[in-house]
Amino acid sequence: MNGAVVTARGVAKDFPSGDGTIRVLHGIDLTVRAGEMLLLVGPSGCGKTTLISILAGILSASEGAIEVLGQDVRHLTPSAAARFRRETVGFIFQQYNLLPSLTAAENAAIPLVVRGERLDRATRRARAVLEGLGMGAHAEKLPRQLSGGQMQRVAIARALVHDPPFIVCDEPTAALDAASGHEAMRQLRASAVRPGRAVVVVTHDPRVYGFADRIARMEDGRIVEIAEDAAAIRRMTEH
Amino acid sequence: MIRIALRMLTGDTAKYVGLVCGVAFAVMLMAQQASIFVGLMLRTAAQVIDVVDADLWVMDPRVIYVEEIEPLPESALWRVRGVAGVGWATPFFKGLTVARAPDGRLQQVFVLGVDDASLAGSPPRMLQGSVEDLRRPGAIVLDRVGALFIWPGEEPAPGKVLEMADRRATVVGVAEASAPFTTFPVIYTRYSEALRFAPPPRKPLSYILVRAQVGEDIDALAARIESETGLLALRWQDFVWRTIRYYLTRTGIPVNFGITVALGFIVGAAVVGQTFMIFVLENLRQFGALKAMGVSNGTLLRMVLAQAGAVAAIGYGLGIGLAAVFFEVTGRTNVDLRGFFLPWWVAAIVAGAVVLIILVASIASIRKALTLDPAVVFK
Ligand SMILES: Nc1ncnc2c1ncn2[C@@H]1O[C@H](COP(=O)(O)OP(=O)(O)O)[C@@H](O)[C@H]1O
Ligand SMILES: [Mg+2]
Repeated sequence: MNGAVVTARGVAKDFPSGDGTIRVLHGIDLTVRAGEMLLLVGPSGCGKTTLISILAGILSASEGAIEVLGQDVRHLTPSAAARFRRETVGFIFQQYNLLPSLTAAENAAIPLVVRGERLDRATRRARAVLEGLGMGAHAEKLPRQLSGGQMQRVAIARALVHDPPFIVCDEPTAALDAASGHEAMRQLRASAVRPGRAVVVVTHDPRVYGFADRIARMEDGRIVEIAEDAAAIRRMTEH
Repeated sequence: MIRIALRMLTGDTAKYVGLVCGVAFAVMLMAQQASIFVGLMLRTAAQVIDVVDADLWVMDPRVIYVEEIEPLPESALWRVRGVAGVGWATPFFKGLTVARAPDGRLQQVFVLGVDDASLAGSPPRMLQGSVEDLRRPGAIVLDRVGALFIWPGEEPAPGKVLEMADRRATVVGVAEASAPFTTFPVIYTRYSEALRFAPPPRKPLSYILVRAQVGEDIDALAARIESETGLLALRWQDFVWRTIRYYLTRTGIPVNFGITVALGFIVGAAVVGQTFMIFVLENLRQFGALKAMGVSNGTLLRMVLAQAGAVAAIGYGLGIGLAAVFFEVTGRTNVDLRGFFLPWWVAAIVAGAVVLIILVASIASIRKALTLDPAVVFK
């Protein structure tokens, strides 16, 4: 049950910079296990977003090997990468990225529609997921009628609706106040963590470290420390 | 995803309305101006179009359009009648004169003289009276709208009198004539009367109308007439074209209308292109999010094309509808604009122009969407 969903070995990433390139990830080794929520933490600019983009098949690595559920994610063609993302990954973005002219339920339904389901059927399933997140009363509202916390819950529903085995979240609490951020993490933990599914959450907010099963801490493009248990997590939180 | 694409579009009301109006404006301008142009060109040949009983028009080869008459000698009629395959050949007079209404009002009019015996060439659509009444001395048939110019505000009716060349003419019928290019009233009368109403040139025979014998090949007959008489024999359609071609090549009318139509196209393309570009740019993040969630470039392309297509279709429907309503209303309420209509093929060409506009307008936007890096969603 605790097999690896994601394994990264020796992952490096170069970005073009001036005439040459600049390396922002160096020899990353990381495993994300089924059923766990892994937090990826570290100061701004250390490479967290770049790393989850590579794990989720949005960016391709310059070096190393990435496997998600046995699939090589590094060497995908653009269309194969798109298929991988729509079939395997659930996304939660910091900016929510909801479509302003769709209702909450329709927004949450998008991953199903992307997989070819009809909008009305997909919306019905999305409504059920929203209900599970306590958003039943807001399912027919437009994003601009929702608070930040509510929008984040729509984004969570959108990441869950197609029941993907791998979910990535980039700074899910950054745009929320402390209380809503805490609530959003609680809900994410309660609804997203499932046997067989790996959840990676990027954050630099120590107040939510307590929701993690494990925490990987990055600095300057390297993973410098992994907290494997509650005690280690507590120690990391206090620093 | 197409439905989602359309929702993205209609959800942005301001831009959606702007885009649709932009297309509608361009369509209306192009359709309306092109139709009026076509209508004007057809007007130049109105009196050729209104002769329905002849297969061929025979004329001096120097005639380049219907108004520029090179009169024929009387003998031409006999020579044409002598050509094998000619069923009948009748004289047709076309001239200009001044009509004086009883109240002294003067009005320039076209006088068309049809064959005394057969009345061949007389108006096809009689509203009042009968063509046969033309046989009475001094009898004329007037076109309805032309009559309104002579007697404003009065519904024309048989019994009214006019004076032309100091001779009394009695209206015996009212006909529906195609509007001529110069909006003079059209007066039909017998050939012999016409020569008295209008100052006849030295040679009075303007045209010869020819009907082929049953079963005769019209083009072969035309060729035979031309070779045997040295005259020019044209089907009415070819004479219409010859006349229109004159106006196309010798007047500034096409350039003028062409500029307006091109302006409609360019302004439409610019406004629509600009607005659509802004629409796509503002939605780039949304497109990026969709791309991150696994929407392929093919689907993204279809989405943008669906949005552009929806704008085109709705804008086109609106614009072409407005143009049609314009002609419908003006055709009924304004005699000067009577007979102008929206030809289906103008509507079709404008539809093609809209497709072009929307393609031009969305190419840049499509490029933007397709080259978009989905990584923007994490920025
Ligand atoms: N597309 C890019 N081109 C060049 N440099 C980039 C690009 N994306 C990120 N970087 C750089 O890579 C480093 C890591 O960025 P990022 O992964 O966003 O860090 P974090 O999410 O931890 O704040 C930063 O120095 C950033 O400037
Ligand atoms: Mg980041």
